[in-house]
Amino acid sequence: MSEKIRKAGRHVTQSEALIFETSAAGKHAYSLPPLDVPGVEAAKTLGTEQVRREIEGFPEVSEIEIIRHFTRLSTWNYGVDTGMYPLGSCTMKYNARVNEVVARLEGLATEHPCQPDELSQGCLKILRLLERCLREITGMDAVTLQPAAGAHGELTGVLIIRAYQESKGDPREVILVPDSAHGTNPATAATAGYRVENIKSNRAGRMDLGSLRERMTERVAGLMITNPNTLGIFETDILEIAEVVHHRGGLVYMDGANMNALVGVARPGDFGMDIIHLNLHKTFSTPHGGGGPGAGPVAVKKFLEPFLPVPVLEERPGGTLRWNAERPQSIGRVRAFGGNFGVLVRALAYILANGPDGLLATTRDAVLNANYMRKQLEGAYELPYQSPSLHECVFSDKKQARHGVTTMDIAKRLIDYGFHPYTVAFPLIVQGALMIEPTESESQEELELFIEAMRAIAAEAETEPELVKTAPHTTRVKRLDEVTANRKPILRWKPAPTPEAAD
Amino acid sequence: MRYLPKSERIRKEMLATLGVPSMEELFGCIPEKARQKGPLNLPRALSEPEILEYFQERAAENSGGMLRLLGAGVYNHFRPVLVDALLSRGEFFTAYTPYQAEIAQGTLQSIFEFQTLMCQLTEQEVANASMYDGSTALPESVAMALRITGRRRVLVGRSVHPEYRQVLGTYTRRQDVEVVELPVGRDGRLHREALRGALNDKTAAVAVQSPNFFGCLEEIPAIAEQAHRHGALLIGVINEGVSLGIVRPPAEADIVAMEGQSFGLPLSYGGPWVGVIASKEKFVRSLPGRLCGQTTDRQGRRGFVLTLATREQHIRRAKATSNICTNQALCALAATIFLCVYGKEGLRKLAEQNLAKAHYLAGELGKLGGVRLPFGAAFFNEFVVRLDADAASVQQRLREKGIIGGVNLTKWYPELKNSLLLCATETAKRADLDRFVAAFKEAMGARD
Amino acid sequence: MHPKEYRYTKEHEWIKADGATGTVGITHYAQEKLGDIVFVELPAVGRKLEAMESFGSVESVKAVSDLYSPVAGEVTEVNSSLKDNPALVNQDPHGGAWLVKVKIANPKELDQLLTADAYQKFIESEAAEQ
Repeated sequence: MSEKIRKAGRHVTQSEALIFETSAAGKHAYSLPPLDVPGVEAAKTLGTEQVRREIEGFPEVSEIEIIRHFTRLSTWNYGVDTGMYPLGSCTMKYNARVNEVVARLEGLATEHPCQPDELSQGCLKILRLLERCLREITGMDAVTLQPAAGAHGELTGVLIIRAYQESKGDPREVILVPDSAHGTNPATAATAGYRVENIKSNRAGRMDLGSLRERMTERVAGLMITNPNTLGIFETDILEIAEVVHHRGGLVYMDGANMNALVGVARPGDFGMDIIHLNLHKTFSTPHGGGGPGAGPVAVKKFLEPFLPVPVLEERPGGTLRWNAERPQSIGRVRAFGGNFGVLVRALAYILANGPDGLLATTRDAVLNANYMRKQLEGAYELPYQSPSLHECVFSDKKQARHGVTTMDIAKRLIDYGFHPYTVAFPLIVQGALMIEPTESESQEELELFIEAMRAIAAEAETEPELVKTAPHTTRVKRLDEVTANRKPILRWKPAPTPEAAD
Repeated sequence: MRYLPKSERIRKEMLATLGVPSMEELFGCIPEKARQKGPLNLPRALSEPEILEYFQERAAENSGGMLRLLGAGVYNHFRPVLVDALLSRGEFFTAYTPYQAEIAQGTLQSIFEFQTLMCQLTEQEVANASMYDGSTALPESVAMALRITGRRRVLVGRSVHPEYRQVLGTYTRRQDVEVVELPVGRDGRLHREALRGALNDKTAAVAVQSPNFFGCLEEIPAIAEQAHRHGALLIGVINEGVSLGIVRPPAEADIVAMEGQSFGLPLSYGGPWVGVIASKEKFVRSLPGRLCGQTTDRQGRRGFVLTLATREQHIRRAKATSNICTNQALCALAATIFLCVYGKEGLRKLAEQNLAKAHYLAGELGKLGGVRLPFGAAFFNEFVVRLDADAASVQQRLREKGIIGGVNLTKWYPELKNSLLLCATETAKRADLDRFVAAFKEAMGARD
Repeated sequence: MHPKEYRYTKEHEWIKADGATGTVGITHYAQEKLGDIVFVELPAVGRKLEAMESFGSVESVKAVSDLYSPVAGEVTEVNSSLKDNPALVNQDPHGGAWLVKVKIANPKELDQLLTADAYQKFIESEAAEQ
């Protein structure tokens, strides 16, 4: 191992089969109390045709095997707890442990969504306070906490645009999306029945105002914009952008994926945005969980409140809270029950732990880290856009590509140095993009190690490109064959065919 | 702020390296007019004990101490302690989507195991890495059926969870799709004659839930046959996964849309839970959501990757066909651990206990005057009672005795007057059930 | 590299006319740009296509590309061997990995397509832009 690699070393990583392969008839981990009511015969009660035979291939394992199985699997992962996880636009920040504790409290985790509102006032107060906090942070007037994820929030937001435009007599046909947008933006607009038109970015890496003016006609229902955009650059023309769209009767939807750059510094509601979704699993520190769950609340201006999904939380005279589903102009229900409550609890715990000063300090540290990292890496990697960065910075692999080394190779080599890779090959407008978001959770020491690693890889790309192109070298598995995984997909385990039973 | 790993001195040093005089200057690119004026008007920062106290106080304002026999798509099952013990490993819960397979094999292998378990449970051939929840799995399944058949008409039983149907309405309302709701028959199941009348060669899919919203088991094979005769697909919806321990899976369905909350996820006042879509191998390219596949590395070692990604939003962009972006990996992991704990034998025993408890409760309630079980169809752990009294008043009286008396169905089914949906899982003790029945008798007796 | 007797589109399809029948595929340049092809989606036989109408797609691990018909016509045959062996598109794009055969509605449309030379110039200019 190279002495340049200061952060990581080799450690024991145990092999582990699939749980089905460790299964053997008769082993078990469950325990049930004795049945205290008369047993019923399933075939009689349900009818023989409704009773299933045994579940073929289902695991039979003991408790210690389960503990070891999943513990070993966990050691094959890399999390924020392990180290810097600079995945751009994902805001991989520290997930405070107290959030986990409060989400699991008896009286919160145990509450049933169908119990009467009067017996759920504690849950409703939590939601109410979170709504209030998010309204204040975004500068908006009303919030729905229902959407289960960012993309789900986007869909909710675009359905609100549609309902609003319909209320004006015409849903219109087009949603404008900048070419730097997350793929979910055009996908969402299309799912909501709109045609998508792209707005080009200019040389500064911002939306081209002229191009917007040209495209913004009466056919356009709205604009979806990410601010700061996926290059980590603030759209300095944002007030003009909003004006152009509003002037033609359109709405501006802001993708709040990058709110970690703005909390406490600027509020979308103050710079002309009509709708915004927040990713609580990014900005508000709820754990990503290996891909979910998240929550994607949507905040809107007052005039859009009637269109929010049902149910909405209302305060009755006397202060009790209740759900109201009787809302004639609502876009409808976007998921069953009130939302990912457990995620919402964690987000509120994060906001309460920070308070206004902590949230501002967080935003500042996030931007400080990104700019520090940018400054230290600027020589080693090509910086395609010179505009100032906020919470993240996008480089390109242009210098390394001369040696045949791509952004993917650099990302894989970072693993050897003990870091999770950045976001690879996004945004699409940068050829060979390295999208790096350190977040506020990194100390200067960890940042320095990262910078050192990135510089070392840039040097390796020149001197030993093969080393980088074949990385990672220290992981359990080397680069995996994705082509075969796609051509001949194996999507589930199956028992090995049993040889003919010998008599 | 305790979550921030920097001292003021280090901040100053870093700023000096940047040649930026102050933190405010870092935000110089934001126009003055777009900046926030003054500090956020939020509660002051709380210490850890204060945070705990705040949430403990809220927790005490809920249904604490009440006896609840509620189901309606959300089931109170015991959660083995292993679930949280393992979920709490930071390598699982602080990781992101496994884009970089080499350092995400833990998440990937567990997803592969989850997909396998879901196939085994539902007797389908492929299952995705999970959906937001069951209610969004339904419209995504419908969209899948529309793509596969190229047809635009969908039939949905009114015995499907009412909120699922509402979500379906939201997803389809602004698209050119005809959604027809089918009535419930006298036995509490899908009205088969109505289905026959509504099915035609323009029908893309029939969506049926079993056990249905009233707890009744539908005749999946016969309904599948009816649908298939017209070239329509059958979407089997499942709310209560534990039923699959004993109830025949919807093997004849072409698509299964399931909520996996029963598998070790807390009620948590509505989520987060885990949706699943399972289907036939031939439809895999139309399946929404993430998929994990097995492959090998350069040295021939087994490993797992996200695969068939070209179906997904971030690649399809404006041509995307679904709203799901990532999955509910941690919830899927909870379900995976739960199912490993119960295993082949345990899940059956667990289902048997649910069956026994619900039938005991139904039997005891059925003995009371003025209480009928209106539906004749077989049920799993949930059932409807119809009262000769005002159901809302009975619920009110029960509440005075510390009991939440089921879900009043009038809200969703105006035609089902004075009807309550009750559920008894393995967590209901006989003493609780007896107390419930006694209180119910009293509440009924007090009717005017 | 790109056969002289074929005609080409700016979307990187080729067509080889044989009387009223046109055989359509994607070019060597296109398969190289896409990388390992993992899936090919083709239309049903009998489908009527407009010129430059999308009739299917080819997929690599991380990209989907639409396929466009160089001319109007009816699909008379599809290359079913690609279903199990999409890699053929990488190995033999101008031959064995043809995608569909169409009954050409209007042979004059062929004249509007690029010649091999014009296509070569087009891809060079495209490469220069990047």
